[in-house]
Amino acid sequence: MRIGVFVCHCGTNIAATVDVAEVAKMALGLKDVVHAEDIMYTCSEPGQAAIQKAINEKKLDRVVVAACSPHMHEMTFRRCCDVGGLNPYLFEMANIREHCSWIHTDIPVATDKAWDIIKMAVAKARQLEPLQPNEVEVNKDVLVIGGGVAGIQAALDLADSGLKVTIVEKQTTIGGVMAQLDKTFPTIDCSACILTPRMVDCAQHENIEVMAYSEIDKVSGYVGNFTVDIRKKAAMVDWTKCIGCEMCVEKCPAKAPDLFNVGLEPTKAIYIPFPQAVPKRAAIQVEHCRWFTQGKCRVCERVCPADAVDYEQKEEIVQKRFGAIVVATGLDVFPWEDYYHEYGSGHIKDVISGLQYERMLNASGPYGGHVHRLSNGEEPKTVVFIQCVGSRDDSVGRPYCSSVCCMYTAKQALLTKDHCGLDTEVYVFYIDIRATGKGYEEFVKRVQTEFGVKYVRGRVSKLYEEAGKVMVRASDTLLGEQVEIAADLVVLASGIMASEGAKELAQKLNISYDEFGFFKEGHPKLRPVETNTAGVFLAGACQAPKDIPATVAQASGTASKVIGLLANEKLKTSPMIAIVGQKDCVSCWKCIEVCPFSAPEKQEVRPDEFKSHVIETVCQGCGVCVATCPVNCISLKGFSTDAILDQIEEILVS
Amino acid sequence: MAEAGTSQVGSAAGEASAGPAADVETSASTDAGIAASGDRRPVKIIGIVCNWCSYAGADTAGVGRFKQPANIRLVRVPCTGRIDPLFALKAFEKGADGVLISGCHPGDCHYSEGNYYARRKFELLERMIHHLGIPKERFRWTWVSASEGQRWQQVVTEFVAGVEKLGPRKARAL
Repeated sequence: MRIGVFVCHCGTNIAATVDVAEVAKMALGLKDVVHAEDIMYTCSEPGQAAIQKAINEKKLDRVVVAACSPHMHEMTFRRCCDVGGLNPYLFEMANIREHCSWIHTDIPVATDKAWDIIKMAVAKARQLEPLQPNEVEVNKDVLVIGGGVAGIQAALDLADSGLKVTIVEKQTTIGGVMAQLDKTFPTIDCSACILTPRMVDCAQHENIEVMAYSEIDKVSGYVGNFTVDIRKKAAMVDWTKCIGCEMCVEKCPAKAPDLFNVGLEPTKAIYIPFPQAVPKRAAIQVEHCRWFTQGKCRVCERVCPADAVDYEQKEEIVQKRFGAIVVATGLDVFPWEDYYHEYGSGHIKDVISGLQYERMLNASGPYGGHVHRLSNGEEPKTVVFIQCVGSRDDSVGRPYCSSVCCMYTAKQALLTKDHCGLDTEVYVFYIDIRATGKGYEEFVKRVQTEFGVKYVRGRVSKLYEEAGKVMVRASDTLLGEQVEIAADLVVLASGIMASEGAKELAQKLNISYDEFGFFKEGHPKLRPVETNTAGVFLAGACQAPKDIPATVAQASGTASKVIGLLANEKLKTSPMIAIVGQKDCVSCWKCIEVCPFSAPEKQEVRPDEFKSHVIETVCQGCGVCVATCPVNCISLKGFSTDAILDQIEEILVS
Repeated sequence: MAEAGTSQVGSAAGEASAGPAADVETSASTDAGIAASGDRRPVKIIGIVCNWCSYAGADTAGVGRFKQPANIRLVRVPCTGRIDPLFALKAFEKGADGVLISGCHPGDCHYSEGNYYARRKFELLERMIHHLGIPKERFRWTWVSASEGQRWQQVVTEFVAGVEKLGPRKARAL
């Protein structure tokens, strides 16, 4: 066996804490190591060329690179070996950066640890075998979960490229949060004018199927071959008949909370969220419907000209197959009422959230765009905006910046002046102004100078009612003094959270999420729209708070990644999978019991004699069967028991 | 097998209150050992972690420069479900001062359910390990997700401190 060891300086990332030249020299003393060198940047072109040269000249049959995490560059070096003529699975990585140089400061200690890590990698390399990937057929259909602007953009891009797309949206219409917005920053474009034609495009596109009022029930399979159970919720209206005429909504006698209008005014128990809804179909909120709660009424059924109301409708599960999945589940607005008791917990009528204000500003909103005080209907003379409500606030468990509030507040401040007149007093209380996008800083400046919105740096400590006003008590941290403003209307820039159910969806998809429920990308720079589960991609605010331009850009990026994946007729599967030594198999079928993917099967090896056999293209390589097999006859390629034990032994015995 | 000879079937509370003095290893004779009494070599701990959560969590800790004691050596496996309890016992047999196993939080397994199989095995191993003469403080299994760099730092720091309190094992054999 001829092993080559390459120790990376990574500039000073590793070399500042680990004596890389010394460990490279020591590596030459290891059994089977015939070549060792330290390289400034092993992943660079000269670095990779050095590996390939050594493979060629020293006839290496194993390569160990001691550098960063395999999550960073394992694929890079596998490709490098492949090009250099070595089977890519005869490569092993020693992580002496993330797991060593970056977490230690003492050079002898870090060097000693790096040496152990390298010895372990060499021990494992000795146990590696050349592997060949398999190929599987690819299903070319794409599932987009979430029909907000991210999902819409991704779906349209994918559909335009010729792929069949299914959008699954949990609400009765696509559009998401953007459909609720009045205008968009920094151009003051009408949000609906941008979005609703795109929604119609989705509905009319021959390659797109919109499944509204549906949720993901179950996901199985793997990249190129996912099987997804989609739960179509019961709208109690036959959507193949409903024509969206809203006659039922008009006549329905029961009121219900209007989520689309963020609870400003009630809607009806049978409802269509907004006039441009796609699909424009009615649904009954059964918990508020008189027929379902009191057993009488059936007005909607009587007035429906299309005979579409169906009180017996049941939810159904539709199973579909996809090659790739785009997750675009968007955001929820931080429920400030539950956390900010100093702001009245929602009991002060003239204190509303930013999204409620959007609906108030909107011409097709519940008030026809009339800005007024909810307490008495009068137009406000003094409006106060408070930023970072549920953002950058450790005390409510939201340390992150929601990234859009500075800008939407500036926009709303401008629109306030536009709706109520330039003489309206408008104040914005802020911590820092974050206006980093194209044209954003200029926009905020314009709001301040041209529109005369007064920006006060400081947190508002208390809101309370007094003499028909909302008293705003705060400190001006620039002037160093207390301020108190008698406001008519207070708008809170409530922050962004991951949407409800994000964690449960992540668990169905086997993708990672952070402590706030935002989905984790493969790598922030190398794989920003991929997840660590092959074939599952991300778009929009489900990954992190972001504004519409960033969301749309990411959605298009995601679409291009999916198109790239599905351009392959066949996909290579990882060869690091389980294999059964059938000679020793006792046919206990425990492997079949534990496998999450149904990869092992009973194979007839001789008439009436069955042994376990792992279907190569189905196995995902978790190794649960390997650890379960009572006679140890299953091995996991790339992670054999010997490879694992040799690593442990290497550093404990020596 | 000096350690096993003095192992106690003590209650968890008894062990906790007894402290290092009650460590079954302190009465071990050194003849079977790999280190002489009074040796203060740094403790050496084997960590066996899954690729998707805890290995990546340790990466996240590294990227965030969350400093940790340098006593742990990590073995990467695809899933905690791949881990045979034998690996932990082998590590102790070969002289490890501690073994840490970490994977994805329940529900978060990249392979859906591998960590549930792991949980059963390691829950059991944790309960019986002191019968082998190894104080249970030398063994820990836990969950650290890919985004929990700080938690990884905390888990490592606490576990190493606990093992250091017991000191290096004086005998190699189980």
